Amino acid sequence: MIRSTHLPLLITLATFVLAYALCASAYPAMLSWRVIANLLTDNAFLGIAAVGMTFVILSGGIDLSIGSVIAFTGVFLAVILRDTSIHPLVAFALVLTLTTGFGAAMGATIHYLEMPPFIVTLAGMFLARGAAYVLSTESVPITHEFYDTLQGLYWKVDGARFRLIGGLMVLTFLVGIITAHRTRFGQNVYALGGGEQAAKLMGVPVARTTIGIYAVSGGLAGLSGIVFSLYTSAGYSLATVGVELDAIAAVVIGGTLLTGGYGFVAGTFFGILIMGLIQTYIVFDGTLSSWWTKIVIGGLLFAFILLQKGLTWAAQKRAAQARRRTATGSAALS
Amino acid sequence: MKDTPTHPMPVLHARGISKFFPGTIALDDVDLRLMPGEVHALLGENGAGKSTLIKCLTGAYRRDAGTLMLDGQDVAPGSTADSQLLGIGTVYQEVNLLPNLTVAENLYLGRQPMRRGFIARRRMNAQARDVLAGYGLDIDPAEPLTAYSVAIQQVVAIARAVEMSGKVLILDEPTASLDRDEVQLLFGVIRQVKARGLAVVFITHFLDQVFEISDRATVLRNGRVVGECLLRDVTQRDVVTMMLGRQLEAQVKTRDTGRPGKTLLDIKGLGKRGMIAPFSLTIREGEVVGLAGLLGSGRTETANLIFGAVPADHGQVLLRGREIGLRNPRDAVAHRFALCPEDRKIDGIVGDLSVRDNIILALQARQGWMRPIPRAKIEEIAQSYVRALDIRLASLDMPIRLLSGGNQQKALLARWLATNPDFLILDEPTRGIDVGAHAEIIALIEQLRADGMALLVASSELEELVAYSTRVIVLRDREQVSELTGDQITPDNIINAIATEDAA
Amino acid sequence: MSSPPVGPRPSILKRIMPQLLILGVALALNVAVFPEFFQIDFRNGRLFGNLIDVLNRGAPVALLCIGMTLVIATKGIDLSVGAVMAIAGAVAAAMVVEGHGWGTAVLAALAAGGLCGLWNGFLVAVLRIQPIVATLVLMVAGRGVAQLVTEGKILTFDNPGLIHLGAGTVAGVPTPILIWLALAALVTFGVRKTALGMLIEAIGINERSSRLAGINSRVLLICVYLVSGLCAALAGVIVAADIKGADANNAGLWLELDAILAVVIGGNSLLGGRFSIIASLIGALIIQSVNSVILLSGLPPEFNLVIKALLILGILVIQSPRIGNFIYLLRASGPQPQPEPPHSTQEEAAR
Repeated sequence: MIRSTHLPLLITLATFVLAYALCASAYPAMLSWRVIANLLTDNAFLGIAAVGMTFVILSGGIDLSIGSVIAFTGVFLAVILRDTSIHPLVAFALVLTLTTGFGAAMGATIHYLEMPPFIVTLAGMFLARGAAYVLSTESVPITHEFYDTLQGLYWKVDGARFRLIGGLMVLTFLVGIITAHRTRFGQNVYALGGGEQAAKLMGVPVARTTIGIYAVSGGLAGLSGIVFSLYTSAGYSLATVGVELDAIAAVVIGGTLLTGGYGFVAGTFFGILIMGLIQTYIVFDGTLSSWWTKIVIGGLLFAFILLQKGLTWAAQKRAAQARRRTATGSAALS
Repeated sequence: MKDTPTHPMPVLHARGISKFFPGTIALDDVDLRLMPGEVHALLGENGAGKSTLIKCLTGAYRRDAGTLMLDGQDVAPGSTADSQLLGIGTVYQEVNLLPNLTVAENLYLGRQPMRRGFIARRRMNAQARDVLAGYGLDIDPAEPLTAYSVAIQQVVAIARAVEMSGKVLILDEPTASLDRDEVQLLFGVIRQVKARGLAVVFITHFLDQVFEISDRATVLRNGRVVGECLLRDVTQRDVVTMMLGRQLEAQVKTRDTGRPGKTLLDIKGLGKRGMIAPFSLTIREGEVVGLAGLLGSGRTETANLIFGAVPADHGQVLLRGREIGLRNPRDAVAHRFALCPEDRKIDGIVGDLSVRDNIILALQARQGWMRPIPRAKIEEIAQSYVRALDIRLASLDMPIRLLSGGNQQKALLARWLATNPDFLILDEPTRGIDVGAHAEIIALIEQLRADGMALLVASSELEELVAYSTRVIVLRDREQVSELTGDQITPDNIINAIATEDAA
Repeated sequence: MSSPPVGPRPSILKRIMPQLLILGVALALNVAVFPEFFQIDFRNGRLFGNLIDVLNRGAPVALLCIGMTLVIATKGIDLSVGAVMAIAGAVAAAMVVEGHGWGTAVLAALAAGGLCGLWNGFLVAVLRIQPIVATLVLMVAGRGVAQLVTEGKILTFDNPGLIHLGAGTVAGVPTPILIWLALAALVTFGVRKTALGMLIEAIGINERSSRLAGINSRVLLICVYLVSGLCAALAGVIVAADIKGADANNAGLWLELDAILAVVIGGNSLLGGRFSIIASLIGALIIQSVNSVILLSGLPPEFNLVIKALLILGILVIQSPRIGNFIYLLRASGPQPQPEPPHSTQEEAAR
């Protein structure tokens, strides 16, 4: 059933369909499985990180550290696979534990020291990036047969290769959607975003939820780092600078309110695809310079912020009118 | 007036509750007995200790002394969440639900029905529909909470509190922002809750509502219980006497019959759609016009409209016969209007600025940033008002938020008096301040009027309005319904004007 | 009742004492790792020395934090300053490359920065968009705009007038130092000798009350973002002049974070209200001194960010309201009860 709260999601979806239609009409070649497969593969790491960011933003927070955490994960994996004989799967488990713990620590700092998420995750951003530098300032290549195996996994449709990492992103989104809407944790995230004070009064475990949210974001940034290392076969401490901005942009374009409380994980998926589409279009065009990506994404961001502003405003107006109306219309007097 | 209850055992029995704050005793040896199936009104003027008592019961405050027995067991809730689990649910004036969730999500937050580890949304919605139907609400629980009126949101909040707690339901001014029909809807729900055997605590300023819905009342004054009574045994007058500690008749009105001066302000058909019906009003120099009416009747809206805090969408304002535009407070301040708002903390004080800066803020804003008031002048202005209004403070440098309510109010008055206004609007000037400051502010209003200022005072305290008003405008449902002058101005007449239609 | 005691106004020195102490420690560390730290030479008509370097290298962040302090005082934040630096640098470079004089180029860069500031101000003050969201738009799109101006290249130039702003000296003192000192003095006097400072603080603490007291909060908000844009433009010109080229990708990259950090280290609350530009500037110098320690100590520069992060955490912990309350309780321990903050008490109780 379609409800008014789904409107931002529908608009994002419509934007995507429209954008794709425009692209396809200009370059019919874009209407191929190959383009779709590449869209998924190329944006896999960003998409996974954006799922974590969606939870953070839904709760009314922000996480600036994810770009650095992705880079750290890549370097960590590259160095550990170079210097030890640990199996990559063990390394994955290790790094995921590390990044999840890192996120949880940031969440705990935010909650217990009552500090703004912006500043705490800024410190986290410096810390993770610094740790990556300390491990290695050079780009470290990853050569391991297990990596080759993983990279070689794909599902072929009409000559297009749907790779493992794209599938992993889709899976992450599915798990994210279910977590957001079908678990108590997800509901608590929305509750925090709706108002911490009220959530507290209604018995939401604020400490546990806050720590959990940033742990999820940190953990998904770690997963994103693993995917990024599979994508590039290297770990480089200067990589993925500013990915947090792209993730925030995807979340907002996906229809989530940056002030928290309203939005959908599924929206973020289409936000990612829209951003990927812009890039693909510019590649197809060939004459457009790469900086147009930034400008167009900035413009889209602005458009969606304005749209949200308008929707919030309209909702407030409706609520004010509802207040004026007597309640008897919908309620039986006893 | 004390009656010996015949009920077997109170659901909740608080004994000897005390709570101290620096310099004040907020609660002094307070007893409260809540009987099952009874609505118990908690009465008292602002600052009498009602909300402190509630906070001690719900664990929001730690009590400094006393015992709390729930069903005969000693309990000590450490937090509001604790007290919820123990069985004490609370619904506040500002609905404490989440606007971004659906009705069902709000109702079941934290205790959603689960199926195989996941929230069973369909079942949750179905259950929510059933529960709400039990309260006479036929609404779609999958819609967002904000799709419904405040009254329905209140009912949802009550349903949640009852479903979760189930022994005691505390309603803290639940009707403050509801209109008449909505209040009836709410009362229907309260009767059902009562019939289920819960003990209900009802806090409100509206005495009519108290007598309509409550069985028993405890009256607080200055942190002490002055009486507990069965309401069927007493009259409104008795209760008011207990609350105020004096007979209303004792208030001898010493009205100064000095004539008001020239017409200062002529308001013609000023209004804003959905907020307040167009009204006309003339205000003369040396006159105090009182605005009476229940909360939500449009008193504050009227004040805000005249001050330009909310721009009007029709009507005109003539100042000394000339039309002026009031698009924002700046325009009003430029025309020497002043407004002391109802909500001091949100609309009045600038908490972290010093008392000195707060006092000169409006004057400085009117002068513009280019012309800073010289240090010495600031000191002189601030000092003179501190003396004149007897503002108690340690230093002019202290942040104003550290002052007591009464002193904050005086500092705000100083802010506006420093601009030397021709027209002063006071919205609930005595709300939440202590008795001494209360009397001083009333004396000040008299003084300003005698000096030829025009004042518009909105207040819910009738005796107060009677004491200083030359005319009283009565509002109901966002419309002016009556104007009282001279000897017509008595609390009874005001109440009659407010209530005429209600009685019909 | 007699008039209240007239205490001396809280002095500036007392306000900035913690920052001065931290700066002292940072400088002492510099001396510890490099004893000649304070030594200043005069060679070839220019002052040389590590202290001069700190002041000179700190110029961009110092400039940014002047505007940022005002923005944060209004309970806002300006994430776009780094991108605005890139735009301003690109505009200045493009102008001199096209043959305009350096004066025109600087004016054009300032105009570009001012325009960016007005845009941010418009979003925040008129459209009422949350500052962090509003300025994010320009943060994302700004670098694209800068690249549009430079057409994706690093736009190099050799205009001596423009280069002088970044690499030259006046009376032996590097020009950037003079520029940030002058601007800091100008803005500080501008807000403190007029009523602007107090009005800005009032808006930051309680905008509703301020508006009802007749303050034109909308115009003031726009002005504050305008100032921030202008500061960023100046910083962008200096950075471009220093490297004799406009690098749209890297100019001012992440400097918005350093600027916000400087403001926070300066003890200004991110929740708005009372502010001190001087304290923010000391904060900027603290950051630069720490960078200097790491450089001079011979520690690998890789540790720079880690140390910076730990520094932030340390300072934040000290400034955290929780720790503040804790210290307050320690001091106030004894029979007297705590003042009544109904809100926070309830919050704590609800935990």
